Amino acid sequence: MSDIFNVGTYSFKSRLIVGSGKYKDFQTTKDATEASEAEMITVAVRRVNITDPGKENLLDYIDPKKYTILPNTAGCFNAEDAVRTLRLAREAGGWDLVKLEVLGDTETLYPNVVETIKAAETLVAEGFQVMVYTNDDPIVARTLEEVGCVAVMPLGNPIGSGRGLANPFNIRVIKQRANVPIVVDAGIGTASDAAKAMELGADAALINTAISEAKDECLMATAMRDAVRAGRSAFLAGRMQKRAFANASSPTEGYIWD
Amino acid sequence: MSESIAIQLNGEERSVSASSLTELVEEMGLEQRMIAIELNLEVVPKSQYDVTGLKEGDRIELVHMIGGG
Repeated sequence: MSDIFNVGTYSFKSRLIVGSGKYKDFQTTKDATEASEAEMITVAVRRVNITDPGKENLLDYIDPKKYTILPNTAGCFNAEDAVRTLRLAREAGGWDLVKLEVLGDTETLYPNVVETIKAAETLVAEGFQVMVYTNDDPIVARTLEEVGCVAVMPLGNPIGSGRGLANPFNIRVIKQRANVPIVVDAGIGTASDAAKAMELGADAALINTAISEAKDECLMATAMRDAVRAGRSAFLAGRMQKRAFANASSPTEGYIWD
Repeated sequence: MSESIAIQLNGEERSVSASSLTELVEEMGLEQRMIAIELNLEVVPKSQYDVTGLKEGDRIELVHMIGGG
């Protein structure tokens, strides 16, 4: 059965998007990314170290011909910086599919949705396909869709917290009302969190720290691969109704003592 | 080789002898890298590097991709 993840003009077999941050080295980034079987990977845009410009680079290990590179705006706290960052990313690699995130403060890393919406409007007008990180707020999610974002990516919990899904109900509400893909971004800490996100109907999950900070990064990458698949299949299969009390699984007739 | 000029490169005062962005990229040894350049807050397309000169006090941001989530 084909179950393609379409986002903007792009199509993917995998519904797992991985990050490339916080790995101990580039080789592990590469190995874990391969193990995840993800096709899309986020990257950050930063100044070249001008005292050592020729040093090894992430893209020496993560081949942009093999993966869809999703440049992000991590660390941006206003719309202007986010737009500048993604204009640079598009020039560097020709990438038009981007991850917009505009943060509100350094402690919570919660999004500043006012600046996020402003940046999204500009980027959409400039032809970017914007996948946007946001709060788990159904009203804001809809606004971002109306602005023209190609995917809305509500957080499960704060970035890097690994706390799972704070508000599963909101994720479901956002998904039920959306006409663009919904990606749970941030907060996923282990495989069951990823499966849960997919069971709620999320179209994909974006996972970084849960993999890069696992003791065995590659094994966790495969766990996330499998969890996303399992959760997706369970969602498509349609789960049974919950009951208040037991309901025997074996026939309740033909007993030998009848 | 032209005389060196003082520019702001990635937030640092820097004296460079490059007279165009192409020469600056060569001076940094970044010809083969996926980079992008912002000159005084405007992104410069790669096709313009040859014809984009540098002048005293220019503010240049030279970026690449690194790990991030």
